[in-house]
Amino acid sequence: MTALVNPGLATELNRFDEFNADACMNCGVCSAICPMGVDVEVRKLFRYVLLGMEEQVRAQTENVFSCLLCKMCEENCPAGVHIAENVRTLRHHIVLTTFGLGEG
Amino acid sequence: MPLPTGEVIGILGDNLRLRNSVLPLPTKVATKWTEGLGLPHGGRTVLYTGLMYQLIPYIEGLVKAQIKMGDSWMGKYTGLGRKVNRYVNVSAFMARPSAEERARYDQVPINVVHLLRKAGVQFGALYEDDLYSGALAYDLGLDEIVVEHAKKVHAVFKKRGVKTVITIDPHTTTMLRSVYPKILKGYDIEVKSYLEVLAEKGFGSNGHSPRQLSGDVVIHDSCVFARYEGVVDEPRELLAAAGVTIRDPEYTGRQTWCCGGPVESLYPIKAAANAANRVAQLRAAAPDCVTMCPMCFVNLSTAAGDTMRFKDISQYLREAYAS
Repeated sequence: MTALVNPGLATELNRFDEFNADACMNCGVCSAICPMGVDVEVRKLFRYVLLGMEEQVRAQTENVFSCLLCKMCEENCPAGVHIAENVRTLRHHIVLTTFGLGEG
Repeated sequence: MPLPTGEVIGILGDNLRLRNSVLPLPTKVATKWTEGLGLPHGGRTVLYTGLMYQLIPYIEGLVKAQIKMGDSWMGKYTGLGRKVNRYVNVSAFMARPSAEERARYDQVPINVVHLLRKAGVQFGALYEDDLYSGALAYDLGLDEIVVEHAKKVHAVFKKRGVKTVITIDPHTTTMLRSVYPKILKGYDIEVKSYLEVLAEKGFGSNGHSPRQLSGDVVIHDSCVFARYEGVVDEPRELLAAAGVTIRDPEYTGRQTWCCGGPVESLYPIKAAANAANRVAQLRAAAPDCVTMCPMCFVNLSTAAGDTMRFKDISQYLREAYAS
């Protein structure tokens, strides 16, 4: 598999110092307890971001928008990852770069 | 029918930008609950609905339309086109709840008025300036539009001399209390939910409830109240002091299970499946359920059909403390 990477993606997303995907230690608690059983694992999604794999992130648009932002995962995350805000930040990125929305 | 996610989000954003709500309501409908209550216009402390309860009968109507279509209620809406919606509020033609349906949800802010008065709280209302908080648009990542909308809400507070806002639902609470301070400079409004206000006033202690209720109810905590805002103990204290026996479901308190409501506008089938799972957990604990969020109420009661009974917490509290 080949991929175009954007090495600055994680930095771009961290505008307000809240995007902390790099705190994820890949334990999988989030995926195990997700009420929605979201198809893509959050830890994999965050790994795509950290690796700058923007196309892979965009390919997960339905999963990103299927998240309930309910924070069940965050409440049980042993690494203190801001999972809900990270996902919301990814939505904002997709809204701007894929849907061309944001400014109205 | 595949859901055009970007188009749906675009329409919701356009509505917030152009009409101050993701699902615009006529002013007469939005302010109907205030009739006959004699609430002062504005003031230092105001009760703020953020239109959440008023919106629910309209969302219910749209969800019914969705069931007929077999996909999102927004699917039909988007078919008419985002461009058309910029000039005509298309949603106004898609859901027309009866006066009786609207009155059922208007009862919640009315209950809260009576409870706060019983607690000796002095407050006003903002009537037509009681705007939607932008909660759904923020969740969907429409940050730029939400910032502009939040400025309008803040301007209303400043114009009306508001220092403290008492909220009803969890989504408006977290927007005004936790999100606005992050996205607005100089925002210093104190925000409390009415449940917190009543608990502070000692309504959670024994002896405040003139009419003791009885029976078992299973409590469904809102994710936003429990995990975003830490409102977990207050509803329990208030209900317990009212005489209600609280049953906790399998997932409860800070570990509560979401009702599915947050994804209903985009993926209603997924939302309904999640709600069905939650209803099974709740039903195992008791047939009567208390909710404290309008989204939870509508999603869970729809999923349960006639297998369970749901009531907003304000109904129990008014019956016990202010009837």
